[in-house]
Amino acid sequence: MSATFVGMPPFPTAARQALADTQLRHNLAHATGTIRAKRAKVVDEVEHWEDLRLAGAAVKARALADLETNLVRLEESLTAQGATVHWARDAAEACEVVARVARSHDVDEVVKVKSMATQEIELNEALQAQGIAAWETDLAELIVQLGDDLPSHILVPAIHRNRAEIREIFRSKMAGSGRPAPDDLTDEPAVLAGAARQHLREKFLRAKVAVSGANFAVAETGTLVVVESEGNGRMCLTLPEVLVSVVGIEKVVPTFAELDPLLRLLPRSSTGERMNPYTSMWTGVTPGDGPQEVHVVLVDNGRTRALADEVGRQALRCIRCSACLNVCPVYERTGGHAYGSVYPGPIGAILNPLMRGQGDPQVDSLPYASSLCGACFEVCPVRIDIPEVLVHLRSKVVDAHREDRVPKAEAVAMKSTAWAFTDARRLAAGERLSGLAGRVLTRVGKARLPGGRATAGRLPGPGAAWTGARDLPAPPRESFRAWWRRTDGGRSEGSGQPEQSEQKGGE
Amino acid sequence: MKVALMVTCVNDAMFPDTGKAVVRLLRRLGVDVEFPAAQTCCAQPMVNTGYLDEAVPVVRTYVDAFAGYDAVVTPSGSCAGSARHQHGLVARRSGDPALEKAVADAPPTYELTEFLVDVLGVTDVGAYFPHRVTYHPTCHSLRMLGVGDRPRQLLESVRGIRLAELPGAEECCGFGGTFAVKNAETSVAMGSDKARHVRETGAEVLVAGDNSCLMHIGGLLSRQQAGVRVMHLAEVLAATEDDAEQVPTERPVDLAAQQSAGRTDAIQHGLEQGATS
Repeated sequence: MSATFVGMPPFPTAARQALADTQLRHNLAHATGTIRAKRAKVVDEVEHWEDLRLAGAAVKARALADLETNLVRLEESLTAQGATVHWARDAAEACEVVARVARSHDVDEVVKVKSMATQEIELNEALQAQGIAAWETDLAELIVQLGDDLPSHILVPAIHRNRAEIREIFRSKMAGSGRPAPDDLTDEPAVLAGAARQHLREKFLRAKVAVSGANFAVAETGTLVVVESEGNGRMCLTLPEVLVSVVGIEKVVPTFAELDPLLRLLPRSSTGERMNPYTSMWTGVTPGDGPQEVHVVLVDNGRTRALADEVGRQALRCIRCSACLNVCPVYERTGGHAYGSVYPGPIGAILNPLMRGQGDPQVDSLPYASSLCGACFEVCPVRIDIPEVLVHLRSKVVDAHREDRVPKAEAVAMKSTAWAFTDARRLAAGERLSGLAGRVLTRVGKARLPGGRATAGRLPGPGAAWTGARDLPAPPRESFRAWWRRTDGGRSEGSGQPEQSEQKGGE
Repeated sequence: MKVALMVTCVNDAMFPDTGKAVVRLLRRLGVDVEFPAAQTCCAQPMVNTGYLDEAVPVVRTYVDAFAGYDAVVTPSGSCAGSARHQHGLVARRSGDPALEKAVADAPPTYELTEFLVDVLGVTDVGAYFPHRVTYHPTCHSLRMLGVGDRPRQLLESVRGIRLAELPGAEECCGFGGTFAVKNAETSVAMGSDKARHVRETGAEVLVAGDNSCLMHIGGLLSRQQAGVRVMHLAEVLAATEDDAEQVPTERPVDLAAQQSAGRTDAIQHGLEQGATS
């Protein structure tokens, strides 16, 4: 797999390309619409959903508030149960641990459980560079890998593909990495899944080493948890002799009992199911049963940076359900690739800047990739106030540019607007000018809004960003404050100018 | 009760008729609302674009302008949300304990429908508006303030009105403040879908509680020559049978006739071009 997010343009540019992709728009509108409806249905049937959200948020907040203690306890529990714990500060260290384990068993391939952490650290590419093939076994990840593509959704990485495209990928690419697709392959979902099953089974049976992530890691017991739908994860977690799990440090949960709200919140929020089909739990090594060599790589890779941000640290509560993606009107239209990261959508728009900091124009564009409509916060099972964090991160982007020798046009505009808004007399003076413009526009302009008010016409420069596709009303001849002053708040007739119907634009 | 009108910068400079409608409506209901002339803006444009330092003096102007009133009422869910949820953040950023205290002590800010239903306890405001109307619940009124069905209760009590259900009503229109220009293409893509839903209702008038969102959706509808105008909820509620000049007299557009003449396809075509250009 050679596809990479490195070098992606800032969001507005990437979004422009995505918006023009009619197939993508169609696939996403259909897929997110379907999953949104499913989620809404199964959430509605839970009587105390809001209490459950509060409980889930509280568990994760507790774990993060004392992260150091919980992680040390996790390491002790895992070690006591026969697992080997590795600590990785960044992606390179984490990848190296996995490669070392694979090399120590002299293998040239590993099978993988779907895992966001390994996508984040670009493990497949790192292993490939050392001559080790990493086979994705999750159906959607397989589609992405075979298509030399990039994931565009946390839960459904191939959400941007429809079944006709998937059939084409299987037909042309499966033969290159194992058992080819059957000649009579159709685009029926069951037929496509059957072809994937045949293709993957050979890899499951052959592999000596498996790589996974974890949805949760219980500090008290050393138990790792993987939640999935297909059973491919269960195959990877039980068949091979060696298992390496790459786990972000924010996945720790203090006690086993505290899994309760999280395991109830996750399936309803992510796939819109009451319960996910497979929940695998393993605690170190069980003699004679499953992998006999178990490694756990605890990865930071920017998480402690996020934790240091008082407003932003709530993003580490994320359980990767992707409900915020499915409900986001921006994601629905631009798709996941526009965000330039394995974490797209609203959560990606905060997680990437929190983990990577400010300074990269692509990352800096992400907090602005939102209309702040708040739908993401409303569905988040662990109550991450994404709009609040977005606004906070916007201020960090602005602050990072405060020392620029040449200020951005936006900064100049904001500073002068704020200057006008600091004193009502300045604002009134500005309104007198815009009123003058309004009078001219109303007299000379011919275009009218529905209802009759004059438009401002097509504006040049930055104004074109608005009027390129939207009419803009011409300013009224008299501002509200001028009207209030002239007519004593409408109590007298006033003098000079007509009082009524400025918005309707009639003379 | 001493009640102040926070007209908002957008209404002050662009939509004064909305402010006048609030004044007429509240006077009719016995509230002699005042307009503190020192007011300017709630500072949301600065806050939401990340310019917190710049927002500090604007918030200071806001709290000074409204100090001493019992309540502030505003025809905007978004600006009410800013006053209630963002001013504390800006004050903390300022590091000025006096500003923090002033924000904490500021009078409560109500969005218009909250003020009517919760404070005045009315849902029938005596309005008359004989038009086919659809209502868009703006995101901040819906999700930041939680105004719920208050606007709907008020609209249902308007005489002569014919309310049409808006499909996908709770989805954002794509305005989003500076989002509308920083990510103009995405904003327009969202707005095009909203405009399509509005047209599907066959309504003559699209009503909402925020003129900023209406400026965006209305701008798209206008460019499409869709024959639908936008109007702030306050103006609908202010209209009465006696106050004939306030009742708009434009003839309703017959969307059904347009559809049978095949114009809908042309509009749809123009819409999608607008969305992707």
